[in-house]
This record gives sequence, C-alpha cells and structure tokens, in this order.
Amino acid sequence: MSRRETAADAETNAGASAGKFGRYGGQYVPEVLMPAVEELTDAYERYVLENEDGFVDDFRERLRDFGGRPTPLGRADNLSERYGIDVYLKREDLLHGGAHKLNNALGQVLLAKYMGKERIIAETGAGQHGTATAMAAAYLDMPCEIYMGRTDINRQRPNVFRMRTHGAEVNPVTVGSGTLKEATNEAMRDWATTVENTHYVIGSVVGPHPFPTMVREFQSVISEEAREQAREQLGGLPAAVIACAGGGSNTMGAFHEFVGDEDVDLYAVEAGGSGLGVEESENYAPNSASLGTGSVGVLHGAKTKLLQTVEGQIVESHSVSAGLDYAGVGPELAHLVDEGRVTPVNVGDDAALAAFHRLSREEGIIPALESSHAIAYLEAYEGDGPVIVNVSGRGDKDLDTVIEESEKRDLDEAPDMEVFRA
Amino acid sequence: MSADDVTAAFADGPALVPYVVAGDPSADATERYVEALVDGGADVIELGLPFSEPIADGPTIQEGIRRALDAGMTPERYLDLVRDLDVDVPVVCMTYYNLLLQYGEGDEVETFVEAAADAGVSGLIVPDLPVEESAELEAACEAHDVALIFIVAPTTTAERVERILGRASGFVYVQARMGTTGARTDVSEDTYESLERLPEGDLPYAVGFGVSEREHARAIVEGGADGVVAGSVFVDIVAEAESVEAAAAALREKAAELTAGIADATPGGAPEPETTK
Ligand SMILES: Cc1ncc(COP(=O)(O)O)c(C=O)c1O
Repeated sequence: MSRRETAADAETNAGASAGKFGRYGGQYVPEVLMPAVEELTDAYERYVLENEDGFVDDFRERLRDFGGRPTPLGRADNLSERYGIDVYLKREDLLHGGAHKLNNALGQVLLAKYMGKERIIAETGAGQHGTATAMAAAYLDMPCEIYMGRTDINRQRPNVFRMRTHGAEVNPVTVGSGTLKEATNEAMRDWATTVENTHYVIGSVVGPHPFPTMVREFQSVISEEAREQAREQLGGLPAAVIACAGGGSNTMGAFHEFVGDEDVDLYAVEAGGSGLGVEESENYAPNSASLGTGSVGVLHGAKTKLLQTVEGQIVESHSVSAGLDYAGVGPELAHLVDEGRVTPVNVGDDAALAAFHRLSREEGIIPALESSHAIAYLEAYEGDGPVIVNVSGRGDKDLDTVIEESEKRDLDEAPDMEVFRA
Repeated sequence: MSADDVTAAFADGPALVPYVVAGDPSADATERYVEALVDGGADVIELGLPFSEPIADGPTIQEGIRRALDAGMTPERYLDLVRDLDVDVPVVCMTYYNLLLQYGEGDEVETFVEAAADAGVSGLIVPDLPVEESAELEAACEAHDVALIFIVAPTTTAERVERILGRASGFVYVQARMGTTGARTDVSEDTYESLERLPEGDLPYAVGFGVSEREHARAIVEGGADGVVAGSVFVDIVAEAESVEAAAAALREKAAELTAGIADATPGGAPEPETTK
C-alpha cells in the first residue's frame, strides 16, 4: 500500500519469530492468542499488502467519504513569524472524530469485516481511539466494546458519552491506576476468551506483530499526503517533521514516508510530565518518556522501550495528556531511535499547556494536549525550516483539563476566566 | 532437583500441581502454604513470581499478584524463598518474560535461569512466551537443567502442537478453556477435545484453567490427563482465610480433596464413587 516497506513486512517463516525491528517487536503473547495473530498476519498480508478483494481501494474510498481525507497541510503564519522559520501544520485534527485515530480504527474494523469477525473490542486511554473505533463500528455495523480505565473515564467524560452515543459498550477497568496500561491488559484478556469471533483493534503501533506494522501502514496515509503536499506547497521536502509520541501511531504515520529521505530530520516528542526518571520505590514515573529514557523490556506483546523498575515491574506513568500517558512505545519507533534516524525529545506538562494556549490564540486552532507537545517543541527546536508539525488531534476534549491545570499553574498564556466564575 | 524430576513427578500416577503466588500475603506464609499443599498431596508446586501486568491471569490471580507486590515480593526474594523451602517435590516457577529479561545486568535471560536453578527451581512456565520467541530461554534452560513448560490452548492448531512438543520439557500444560485463569464450576468440553487431539508423547499432559473441585479432577484424569493443575481455587483460599494457619489448613484440605478426585479416576487407586447420575 505505501511506498516504503520495512523488514517486518511480510516475512513470516513458520516457527520463526515474526515482526522484528532490529531487536524490538515480536509476538510475546499467550499461546491461546498465537493462532489469532497468525490469522491476522495472513489477512493483513492478503488484504492490506496485496489488495485482495479490493480492500485497499475500499479503505481509501471510505477514508475520503467518511473520514474527510485528505487533511490539509497549512502554513502557520503567526508561528512562522514567531520562530523565524516556515512552520506548516498537518491537520489530523480535521479528520472525522477529531484525531488521527480514525485512520487506524477504520482500517482495522474494515479488515475485521473482511475477515468475517463478528465483534470488535478496543482499549482506550484518552478515549480518542475508543471513540474512533466506536464510530467505525457504528458505520460498518459491528458490535463494539471498549475497555477504559476508571481514572481515564473520570478525566475524559465527553469521550465516554461519545462512545456510548455510537452504541459501544464501555467497560470500566478499576485495577491499578486505572489508565491505558490496565485497559490494554483487560482487552487482551477479553481477546484471549473470544478470539474466535472477535477482532481486537489495538489503538497504536504497539502489541504483537502484525499490529505495529499494520497500524503504521494504516496511519502512513498522513506522511503519504504530507510528502506530496510539501512538494506542491513548499516546492520540496521539509527540513524536519515533528510529532508527539505516546504509543507512536501518529508519529510513525507522520514519519513513515520520510524515513528514506535522509535530509528530513524526524523528532518524536514524548511527554516529559513533571520530571524525568523513574521513582523506583513508588513504582512511578512522573513522565511518559519511554522512548528517550526507558529500558528494553517486554510489554503487551512486544519487546520495546519501557518505563520499568530495575526488577522489571512496569511503572505507572504520568502526563497531563491522557493519550501520551503510557509506559511503552512502538517497537519500530524504538528501532528507528537506536538507528539514529529518529530523535526522541520531550516536553513537560507546563510547556505543553502553554503551547495549547499559544496555538489556540495565535493560529485559531485548539490542539489536543497530546499534539500540544509537538507544538511546544518548536520553542526548543534549533534546526532549519521548513518544518511540518503533525497536529494529531483537536483539543475540545481537553478543555476541562486545560482550564483546571492552567489555573493551578497561573499560566501567563491562559486566558483570564474570571468573568465566568459564579 | 532437575528438569527430569519434573517429569518423574508424574511417574507414579496422575499428579496434582497446585499454584500459589509467592509472597501472597508474605514470604513466610508462602513457605507454610507450600508445605501444606505438599501435605495435601501435591506432586509438583507451581509458584508464581508476581509481575505487574499479568495478561494471562484472571481476576483472582491478579489480586493475589497485587497483594504479593504490595507486600514487597521481588525476584531476589522469590529465589530466597525457594531456597528456604523444605519440601521434596519439584518447584516450577510461573512468571512473565520481562522479569526474566531484567534479572541481572543486560537484557538476557540466562542470568535468571542460572540463579533459579541454583535456588532449586526445576522448571519454568512463561505464559507470554510462545515457542516462536523461546529460543534464548530454551538454550538457557538446557544449559542449567531446568524444564521449560509450554501451554497448549484450545485454539492451538495441530501444526503448532507439533512445534510446541518439539521444544517442551518437564510436562505440557494443557489449557482447558479459552480465556484467562480462574476457578469455574464445571469442566469444559474443550478439555476433552484438547486431550483427544494431543499425540502420545514422552511428556505428561497436565490440564488446568478452572479446576476447583474433586469432581473436576476426576473428570480430567478420566479424560486422559496425566496431571491436574489448579491455581485460582488456592489463591481464593489464601485471600479469604482469617489467618495464615487457617489458610494453610484449608489449602491442605483442598489439595487432599483434589488428590482424592484424581484417585477416584485412577484404576485401583480408590473405590468407584457411587454416583448414579
Ligand atoms: C490526539 C492524539 N494524539 C496522539 C495520541 C497518542 O497516540 P500515538 O502516540 O499512538 O499517536 C493520542 C492518543 O490517544 C491522541 O488522542
């Protein structure tokens, strides 16, 4: 489907481990799920890579007619002036549903349909992936259940209502910190029970092969379009592409087609939260910077970079942005960092909030708190222009959090809300 | 003890393989519990080394793992606990792959396997490690004479069964039903199908996932199993008991009940139960 293929595409020798990116990736799942990931790998290769039954054409058409693709690449005039370089924004916030998540959710739900599956499950953190999956499931008429942590339900209420409105069941997960990690555990357990008729729509480039490759494939439409748009609007390639990274699906989507363009620098912006490092005794990291500061381990089906204790217990991560709040990251991204192709950087809660306000005020775009991390990195960026920043989603869902967190910090950038107080 | 001792534990008739989580609620309690289980007839002890993300486990064992982690169980303390055990049955460690990788310096698994063998661990079960990813662990287990036990699930294809049997040692863990661990009130139809499609081999087949009563144990052995694995039922007892002593007594009793179930099904092992249904 896309221009670039990588090592993990399409090589599945019987009995050998599949889906490796250097030392990362693989299929670390319970035996009960192995036949399912093998079946999915086969379906992915046939439908998505080889366009069997016209899957790819069908998918592309639906991305256009239901999703609203292509999304624009637009010059941010005021930010360009502020930073003295040309800044372009890839507007995934304008995709149906308000985030890049639909590219993947639509692709996977459609694939499940082609595979003859009868039920969809998904995990969600911020609720964006859950919402995108619920939308796609409603559109394609599939029953859908979403696993979501208790804490996330409380901080992302509007998305819970959206999922319910689309007819999805939302199953609260109360164990642990009640965030994305626990929701993923629970979705995997559901899948281990129902795998024969159910497809598990993983929300990022994580999990066992073929998920990291397949999700990247569905998301790479972002860079496919952006690269073409850059040629037309900039007359050539950008100097850099900047995207935030939680699991890394908007990241890989925005990078993939540029990976072969050696002059294009790629920056993955992680959540620096309220500080780097792992607090061993607390089983806690005040950040979600697994790519830049984590260590190698196995979580949720793949070997990758993780935030963990020296003993190997996975810690609770933190970010003001629920969508970045995850202790792992996609294995392909980890590999591209090892290779020196992608530069991991991080932006803390405060800087992300400031960037949220800056983009809202100066460009008339309310970005998701996740995407605000990518915007914020412009403050530190020292390279040449033009740069493309991926605005992975819109921030309406985050308004409650932003108002509360901005007041707590007495942020200069935040608007004065005094007049609204009762 | 060695890898062969695990297989040998099945030699004198079908074996009982109980599971508890190490450190739930404390290392000292676990020592008592293991002794109680052996008193009750356990032939192999499956001792869980708790990991924070137990994706193959249901709610009961997740809670046990949570209690053990909260009480401070670590891989190092786990090995101390095994070293201190005074029982004459093989101990098999059940844990997740990341803990093996992180043990010692660097990300390799041999350091753990060597330390585990040294502490007296005879076998390993790693539920998130399918055969495709197991080459490194297999080599380490072979080098240190530790059994590597794989799971066969209801979804496992005939081709995969072959692949698994080619790499397994100790015994083969037959997952009786779909999903995660957890006590049930019946024996799944899948159990019989699973057993029927497994080829005669050198390794014993032990069936688990959902076993909680004497009747289950009997039915599983009558279905052709060489052993019965039970976990959640024991972890439940640990969770509900008023004291360590009460838990130990209840564990012993439950193990004895399951041992009796196994005997019910063993020719010459016990009088036929006089049920008429
Ligand atoms: C708008 C938006 N951007 C980014 C992310 C992070 O995910 P990923 O790193 O997979 O793109 C999320 C996750 O919910 C999101 O909603």
